[in-house]
Amino acid sequence: MTVTTRTLPRFGGFSLGMIALELRRLMRNKRTVVFTLVLPAVFFLLFGTSSQYKSERVGGGNVTGYVLVSMAVYGAMLATTSGGAMVSIERAAGWSRQLRLTPLRPAAYVATKITLAMIIGAVSVAVAFAVGALSGARLPASAWVLCALLAWVCALVFAAFGLFMGYLLPSENVMQILGPVLAVLSFAGGLFVPVDDLGHTFATIAKFTPVYGVGELARAPLTHDGNLWLAAVNVVVWTALFAAGAVWRFRRDTARV
Amino acid sequence: MGGMTLTASPDLTTAPAAVELDGVVKRFGAVTAVDGVSLTIRPGEVVALLGPNGAGKTTTVDMLLGLQRPTDGAVRVYGRAPHEAVALGLVAAVMQTGALLKDYTVAETVRLTAVLFGRTRAEAQAALRRAGLADVANRLVGKCSGGQQQRLRFAMALLPDPELLILDEPTTGMDVAGRHEFWSAIRQDTARGRTVIFATHYLEEADAYADRVVFVRRGRVVADGTAAEVKAMASGRTVRATLPGAAESQLLAVPGVDRAEVRGDTVLLHGGDSDEIARYLLTRTAAHDLEITSRNLEDAFLALTAEDPA
Repeated sequence: MTVTTRTLPRFGGFSLGMIALELRRLMRNKRTVVFTLVLPAVFFLLFGTSSQYKSERVGGGNVTGYVLVSMAVYGAMLATTSGGAMVSIERAAGWSRQLRLTPLRPAAYVATKITLAMIIGAVSVAVAFAVGALSGARLPASAWVLCALLAWVCALVFAAFGLFMGYLLPSENVMQILGPVLAVLSFAGGLFVPVDDLGHTFATIAKFTPVYGVGELARAPLTHDGNLWLAAVNVVVWTALFAAGAVWRFRRDTARV
Repeated sequence: MGGMTLTASPDLTTAPAAVELDGVVKRFGAVTAVDGVSLTIRPGEVVALLGPNGAGKTTTVDMLLGLQRPTDGAVRVYGRAPHEAVALGLVAAVMQTGALLKDYTVAETVRLTAVLFGRTRAEAQAALRRAGLADVANRLVGKCSGGQQQRLRFAMALLPDPELLILDEPTTGMDVAGRHEFWSAIRQDTARGRTVIFATHYLEEADAYADRVVFVRRGRVVADGTAAEVKAMASGRTVRATLPGAAESQLLAVPGVDRAEVRGDTVLLHGGDSDEIARYLLTRTAAHDLEITSRNLEDAFLALTAEDPA
């Protein structure tokens, strides 16, 4: 190798090789696996599979199916948030600085983290739906596919949230902070209890919280219910806000380059 | 397609300097960390960067690596902007606080580095073997000893086969034998043409292994040359001779002498230009048995870094 024959990697260093190695590292982390893959499925089994729920109908399926979609959204949310929040751990460890001594461009780094977040989000939704299918959840055939897709795609808002928090909080254990935050947001957004059960005032407030839109959209193929425009606006606005926050912190972080 | 190929002129007469700092200034708010440093380092040189804490060494290194941008002046590494030189693998560094991820294995860490630099799996394995890490390849980095982690940092730095290697306090924590082994390896490496810049607080290492010593103080270069030149410049040399019957007042009149001492038949003359003093003694006096000694680099360091009387 000489001074003159060196080349730069394509796509700023974004590569499948890096994603594969990062996935291996993630799967080695037992806490990540438990919180993103096991916990949502367990919550579903605990709270959604009573015989009453199995026999009670919602839209073209049963209440068990309704709870399943909510829990899949919760799992996708946890997965994408923790995927995005990986940057916090890596910044705290000084690894981000180490990566700046490689051809990996900051934008390619962020793209890698978003891709990882969406991969584990997809796995989380798949695990929840597989458990649901074996445990009495009933959904119309099209809803199995559409609900899963919507739960996954809409979880992008939380990949942005995780990135924003990852750049904002320089902490080794950022998920210990974000886990409870997500639980509160899930309550407020109607994932654990329908917002209309929370009383009029609270239900109104709930519609402006970031989890509400994702849940409404993901359950729509089952319920054919709710104000989808409001839900969609909710998702778009929160994604834009979190992404803007992430870009703002990201720029500050790389301004030192 | 192997991505974008950047080519430079192959003409050796115009081969760029390894490092070119031109009037580089770096300010952090009201603090000036680097205050007008100009420095050219040729390919193949082994340069020690010395100076007290806060002298601007780390900031200078950060600018060479593209981690900081100069407030003023220009930094070129092999003729390129530093971040570009880093991305091409022309320059690599082992930093004092070089971070590793605890939940990667040793092999995965090296493989990730290889993936990022577009190198093959075979090259990653070769780097592991060279660094003596083949036995612990599947161990988690968090379970490795400090020495193994340091070797891993070297394996990562050497993987892109950099033209310029920057080492920040590379032997801190090593024992004498380890340091010797380390520098032998670096010497072998530079024999093949690699340029090395290292910051150290072991002055004897700078003395023994650097072709060139650059002293930095308060963001400026205060001395630059071979270790011998810097020692002479900073604290002069002492010429010792046998000269019976000499008086101190006579000796102080010898050109170039700034201090003189008489111990029986022996005289000790100190000054910046020992050649001039020796020539005078040998040609104009009966002095014989001359010995010229310089003070060590540590004295030079103290002299160069002493606070100004003002």
